[in-house]
Amino acid sequence: MHAESILRKPLVTGGKTVHDVSEDICKRVEDAPPMSWLLAIAVSLGVFTIGAYAVWRTLWDGIGMWGLNKTVGWAWDITNFVWWVGIGHAGTLISAILLLFRQRWRMSINRAAEAMTIFAVICAAMFPVLHMGRPWLGFYWALPLPNTFGSLWVNFNSPLLWDVFAISTYFSVSLVFWYIGLIPDFATIRDRATNKVSKAIYGALSFGWDGAAKTWSRYETVALVLAGLATPLVLSVHTIVSFDFATSVIPGWHTTIFPPYFVAGAIFSGFAMVLTLLLITRKVYKLEDYITIQHIELMNIVIIITGSIVGVAYITELFIAWYSGVEAEQYAFLNRVSGPYWWAYWSMMTCNVISPQLFWVKKIRTNLTATFIITIIVNIGMWFERFVIIVTSLHRDYLPSSWAMFYPSWADVGVYLFTFGLFFTAYLLFSKFFPVINMAEVKSIIKSTGEKIKA
Amino acid sequence: MENGKNFVVGIFDDEDILLKGIKSVRQAGVKIHEVYSPFPVHGIEDALGYNRSRLSIVAFLFGLTGTSLALIMQIGMMGVDWPMIIGGKDHIALPAFIPVTFELTVLLAAFGMVGTFLVISNLKPWAKPVQFDIRSTDDKHVMAIDLGKNKIDRAAIESALKASGASEVNEKNFD
Repeated sequence: MHAESILRKPLVTGGKTVHDVSEDICKRVEDAPPMSWLLAIAVSLGVFTIGAYAVWRTLWDGIGMWGLNKTVGWAWDITNFVWWVGIGHAGTLISAILLLFRQRWRMSINRAAEAMTIFAVICAAMFPVLHMGRPWLGFYWALPLPNTFGSLWVNFNSPLLWDVFAISTYFSVSLVFWYIGLIPDFATIRDRATNKVSKAIYGALSFGWDGAAKTWSRYETVALVLAGLATPLVLSVHTIVSFDFATSVIPGWHTTIFPPYFVAGAIFSGFAMVLTLLLITRKVYKLEDYITIQHIELMNIVIIITGSIVGVAYITELFIAWYSGVEAEQYAFLNRVSGPYWWAYWSMMTCNVISPQLFWVKKIRTNLTATFIITIIVNIGMWFERFVIIVTSLHRDYLPSSWAMFYPSWADVGVYLFTFGLFFTAYLLFSKFFPVINMAEVKSIIKSTGEKIKA
Repeated sequence: MENGKNFVVGIFDDEDILLKGIKSVRQAGVKIHEVYSPFPVHGIEDALGYNRSRLSIVAFLFGLTGTSLALIMQIGMMGVDWPMIIGGKDHIALPAFIPVTFELTVLLAAFGMVGTFLVISNLKPWAKPVQFDIRSTDDKHVMAIDLGKNKIDRAAIESALKASGASEVNEKNFD
């Protein structure tokens, strides 16, 4: 049996029993949705619809609807893509890396974090798909399929193609990992269901799970191996996303620091988004006994660490630009700091480098309101990071005669709103119809880390 | 009595009592059909005498398939079928093929292993669960003992279950 220090704080408070876990989590699925949920989904569907109009115009009239120009050929679309993919890193990190490290505080947050990961990756995928202009041909262009151009294949030397493989593998493996975890919990809901329709639906979703010891034993092997596979996978995805920039010869992009810097930034923004969503979910669903202040504090500590790594990376970039002696590189960074987009650079610096340092103060990192505000600031900062990297490097490149500014069009804003609507609609549906906490895993730690045994 | 029809079912409230219970029931010479739990219980495989799952080997083999397929595909397309010089690199620019090779290794390993797991555990949307007690997905551990497979009579099994800490002893019959 697992032995644990009596000094460790309990992970589940309120003297919950195993039965209470089923009761507390399933009740949210079984009850009629509260008014606040209905209002929230109405708002996100509204945003989704407004955004869908921008998507429609982008597809009907073409990419000319966006604010791109001859000099800045990549702007909001790729900024939003990298931002969403980054957010989509926390879920698998929590469930895979923390599983390998046997961090049991992951258990009550991994389900919602993984759901968020999947929805964020779907939102991210919208941008490369839409920027193709004719996305229905996307499969044909992006996948190595036999085609009518002779046998001219896709280019396996291109990081953009690596991205296709990385993002689709990441999405599908995360989805499988999430679903495997959901199966036992669907079985719990199935066995509690009182009406025929939900019994049939959750029965199908639960794949006939019966909780046999043999199956649990296999299940644990599967979860462990999936975690082992997902850990290098999650690190590879943002590494490959950073290759989109790092393998080019644009000043400010052509740097070897990009992969670790992007991965740290992804974990940073992902944890911030998990906290933003969980703080609301916890409050609305009254999950204070499962997602305790200790959970929030630990996540805030991850934010300090990754935020500091990101800060060090920013300063290293500046130093190396100066130290390299390359004029174009030096100008790119001077332009970031003091050029026409100085406000974006300094917003990024303030939000990403200074704001997470506040979490060194224990009072701030255990305060819910402060955490909520800082996590939103962090994600604003991370959006600016991508904008700064992409737009400031492109808008003044090697040829001063082609220097230009980038201004987003209404369609740029609209497509971004579309992904917000999509993300929140999906998350709200998840939080109503799926168990938001991994019941089976939490039940397994009730005895060893619950309050009763330590009292 | 026939196999798989008549069962004695022991209900356990606690995982530690269950683990001790499994051992003492088995020592009493009773063959356990299966134990159903709402969550994974550590050490239950050893108590029941199950072998370690070989699914990790399955994952390795599928991963190896992914690695080979990815390399064959990329080398075949870029190096053999339609060679082109891109960025002054060799036709078969191996370092550039590594990212896709890695992703396909992970993809095949994950899907192959999960697929195998679902098939061998008979998990599919239309599968009907075999349930001895519906509380086994809530908070009870359920030990099922097949009377057809045991030479000991029912009364002895029931008393062995009670002695090993079962909170209830029921019976379940399938037609």
